[in-house]
Formats: sequence, structure tokens, C-alpha cells
Amino acid sequence: MKRSLFGRVWPNATAVVLFIGLVFPVYWMFSTSLKPRGDILAENPVWFPTDITFEHFRTATGADHFWTYVTNSLTVTVLAVVFSLIIALAGSFALARMRFKGRRGFIIGFMLAQMAPWEVMVIAMYMIVRDASMLNSLVPLTLFYMMMILPFTILTLRGFVAAVPKELEESAMVDGCTRVQAFRRVILPLLAPGLMSTSLFGFITAWNEFALVLVLNKDAEAKTLPLWLSSFQTQFGDDWGATMAASSLFAIPILILFVFLQRKAVSGLTAGAVKG
Amino acid sequence: MTVQTERPPSGPADVRKADDGGAGRPKPTAASRAGAFAPYLLLLPACAATVLLLGWPLLKDLLLSFQNLNMAQLIQHVTEWNGIENYEETLTSEQFWRVTLRSILFTAANVVLIMIGGTLIGLLLARLGRRMRFTLLIGLVLAWAMPVVAATTVYQWLFAQRFGVVNWVLDKLGWHSMADYSWTSSQMSTFFVVTVLIVWMSIPFVAINLYAATTTIPNELYEAASLDGAGVWRSFTTVTMPFLRPFLYATTFLEIIWVFKAFVQVYTFNEGGPDRLTEILPVYAYVEGVGNQHYGMGAAIAVLTILILLGLTSYYLRIVLKQEEDEL
Repeated sequence: MKRSLFGRVWPNATAVVLFIGLVFPVYWMFSTSLKPRGDILAENPVWFPTDITFEHFRTATGADHFWTYVTNSLTVTVLAVVFSLIIALAGSFALARMRFKGRRGFIIGFMLAQMAPWEVMVIAMYMIVRDASMLNSLVPLTLFYMMMILPFTILTLRGFVAAVPKELEESAMVDGCTRVQAFRRVILPLLAPGLMSTSLFGFITAWNEFALVLVLNKDAEAKTLPLWLSSFQTQFGDDWGATMAASSLFAIPILILFVFLQRKAVSGLTAGAVKG
Repeated sequence: MTVQTERPPSGPADVRKADDGGAGRPKPTAASRAGAFAPYLLLLPACAATVLLLGWPLLKDLLLSFQNLNMAQLIQHVTEWNGIENYEETLTSEQFWRVTLRSILFTAANVVLIMIGGTLIGLLLARLGRRMRFTLLIGLVLAWAMPVVAATTVYQWLFAQRFGVVNWVLDKLGWHSMADYSWTSSQMSTFFVVTVLIVWMSIPFVAINLYAATTTIPNELYEAASLDGAGVWRSFTTVTMPFLRPFLYATTFLEIIWVFKAFVQVYTFNEGGPDRLTEILPVYAYVEGVGNQHYGMGAAIAVLTILILLGLTSYYLRIVLKQEEDEL
């Protein structure tokens, strides 16, 4: 199809404008974090940093308890992902490969669970955790994060398990494997990419969680990175360089994961969230 | 004799069959009993976790909403039931209805912007050349990937009163009263920034999904349409739209759910301020319940919020459940 010059130019021009609009906040975060203080507090913004300094990153990482928060966030997130993967693997195998009464009910149940309004339920969760004297502990946080990502993990893994040809499993069983062995030796290796991408999405969700930790863990020692980050700016006055450095440190792992996952992001999210 | 010779073989033969039935034969009795339990056993951990970690908090919330639970009762660990008092008080308070209306308007405005913007960008992606498309996709993925709390801090900096880049641009464009404008000082300006933030974060999901959906439309359909003399607009409405409709439905409802409970953006940007004027329902429940320590009231607001959310999305749930029914 032939298009006029205008018809060829406007999509590209729009795309460029959109690209700038989309990327600018991310760019501004990184560039501010690398600029010397004088360039940040300038009457006219310095669009491209020429003097680069790591002073703000030193301020952010040198803040009180910074490494405690990193450890807390990593512990909670990794454990939540691992537990939910183990639980989900068993469940998704049943849902994808077995016929049984109530199967549909289970799937619908997990789909509903996926939409649970966690942000609204924090009061009840606070009461439960308080009655168990577990405030300011990482245990309830880990358990609830695991639950937040569990439905998505089950439903997504169900798709991945179903995609492994049944014949492979059957031929393994004809060759003398038990069902468990067939699962471990045939299905599990083929599931690896699915497990990877599913767990990374779980990782992102748990890493970002804010509302629950805000209510449960008030002690300085028990906070996680999102909570620290949200109070950083108030604590440090208007030290935007350090605030942006802290934001960058928090965002970098996720940005890297996400860019790698871009393709899977689409199919995974649509398979998991839209179609169940 | 005949009876005797016939009987013994028939018994053991059955038993033998049942014994090696575990190796994959179509379900004889003994193995099938174990096999019938297997799926439930595999699902047990997941169900137990769901009941304990999701069902119990939901039930607890319902129970709390019928209690008079404030600071005093919390410290003394006493349970005071007060029937439907919390609901009465909430439903008759002007504040609750104002917040509800605000939440619905806020959600509607955001979802409309997200869906229109996302759809247009998705269609644009389909039109672009390879290199340009890749560039725009990178931009979308970066915006999508930004963690919520980090994004909110960045927006606080972009819209900062002093040295914020947005105010500088507006000033240079000739709107001089904006030079030292405080975006957190009024209801509308706070909502404006939060809306920009949410739309910016949410458009990529819609756009990329929609673009993915357009790639599934067979080209023959467009060819057939143009053979039949359909113009650009006509082939858009008769070919593209019918294909995209299910995606649009699904994403619209997902966005409604996500925006309606956008606690983090609203709370971390301005804590529902100024003067509690930007509280949406989840923030309202939090501030009433945890902030002002009226836990029972907060729980009642939470229950009502969940009901409203269910109401808003029930149509979508029906579609999804029906779709699932057809598939299984």
C-alpha cells in the first residue's frame, strides 16, 4: 500500500513524542541521581548531566539500616516466590493433567483469589498478625506475599504444564518411570522457562508490596525497601539527588528483569490475568 | 468341574489386573481409589494456603466490621460486638458517600484515559516500522516496569514546587503563575498528578496487549474486506474491532480493578491530602481504620469497598466464568 509523505511521517513522529514522554520520568530519575547538587538545584534544569557524581548513591546506601532493608526485602521476596512455586507446581499439575470432580470450581476459585483486594484488607490482616504477636516480623509478611502471588503462579503454571505434550510423559511411563519420576525427569526440565518467568513476576509483585508492610512493620529494623523509599524524601528533607538514587537502586533490579521478560510479560500476563 | 476350573482363574486374574493398573492402565478399582485422591492431595497445600491466608482475613474483616474496636478495646484485648452500628454510621455519613463518588469518578476518568490512550498506542504500534516499533516498545516496557513506589517518588520530584521540571516548563511556556506552584496544595492538582502517574504506568499493559491482539488478526480478512470495497475506516470497524473486543473488555475490567484500589499511588504521593480531599475508598478505609484507630469502622468501610468493587466488576466476572466454562 502506498502512503503519502504525511501518512508515513506522522506515525513515526507520534512514536518519538510518546517515547520521550514514556521514558522521561525514568531518565530523569537516573540523571538526577548522578548530578552534582548544584545541577539539581539549578534555576534552569540541566538536561544532560556533564559532571557525574556517585555521592547520592553513597548517601542512600549509607542511610541508617539500608542494608537491613535490602536483606529484609530479599528474604521476604525470595522465600515468598519459592514457597508459592512449590505449592503452585503441585496444584497446577493436578489442574492441567488430571480429570476430577470440582476441577472447574478450583480454577474459578483461584481466578477469584487473584482479584483479592489486598490493599483493602490490611486492617483485618493487622488484627490477625497482632493477635498472634507477630508484628514487626518477616514471617507473616512472607506468608501473605506468598498468597498474593499464589493464584497467578498456579494459573500461569497450569498453562505451561498443559503445553508439555502428554505423549512425552506417557512414553516415559511406558519406559518404566512412575508418574512422579516422569514428572521430575520429563516435565520439570521442560517447565524451566515457565517457572522462570512466573517466578520473576511473583518477585516483582512481592518486591513492590507497600500497603501491608506499612501496617504491619513499623519498627525501623523490620521495614522493607518500598516503605523505606516512601519515607526517604521526608527524612532527608529535599535531597532529591539522594531520593532519586534510592529510587534508582530500588528500580534497577526490576527494570532489568522486566526488559528481559518483555515478550513473556505479554503472553504470561494475558494467559494468567485475562483468560485465567 | 467346569464350575471349579472356571472360578479360580477369574478371581486372581482380576486381582493381577488391578495390581499393575497403577502403571497407567485405565483405572481398575484399587489404583483408581488412590488416583482419585491424587489431584485433591496435590491441590491441598494451595487450598489450605488460600483458606488460611486469604479466606481468614476476609472473614476476619467481616467479623471486625460488626465490632466496636477502637484504641481502648485494642489495648485491653476486648471484643465488643455492636451489631450493624458501624455500617449505619458509615452509610449515613456524608463523608463516605463523597469518598465513594470521588472514587468512582477517579476510576472512571483514569480508566477512560488509559483505555483510549492504550488502544491508540496499540494500533500505532501495529502501523510502525520495525525499528520504530521496537523503540516505542522499549519506552512502554520501561514505564510499565517502574516499581510503583519509585515511580511515585520520581513524580514528586518532577512536580516539585521548587526546581521541579514541570513547573519550569510551564513557566517557560508562558504560564508564569505556575513557576512556584505547589501541586500538593489542592485537590484537583493532586488528582491531576496522580492521574498522570497512573495513566503513564497503566497504558503500556493495554497498548502491548492490544498490539499483541492485532497481530493475531489474519491478513486475509483485510484483503477480503478491501476486495469488497471497504475503506480504512470500514475495515477497521468490521475486521479489527470485532477481533479486539474481547481484549478490550478484559483489559477495561482489569484496569477498573487496579485503579479502584490504587492505594499506593494516592497514599504515597500526598497521603490523601490536602485535608483528606483526595482520599479514595482504600485510602479512606486505611486512614479511618489504622490512622484514626477506628478499626471496626475501617473494617466496615473495607467490606463496603469490596462490595462496590464486586459490583463494578461482576459483569466481567460473569464473562470470564462463562468463557472458562466453555473451555473446560
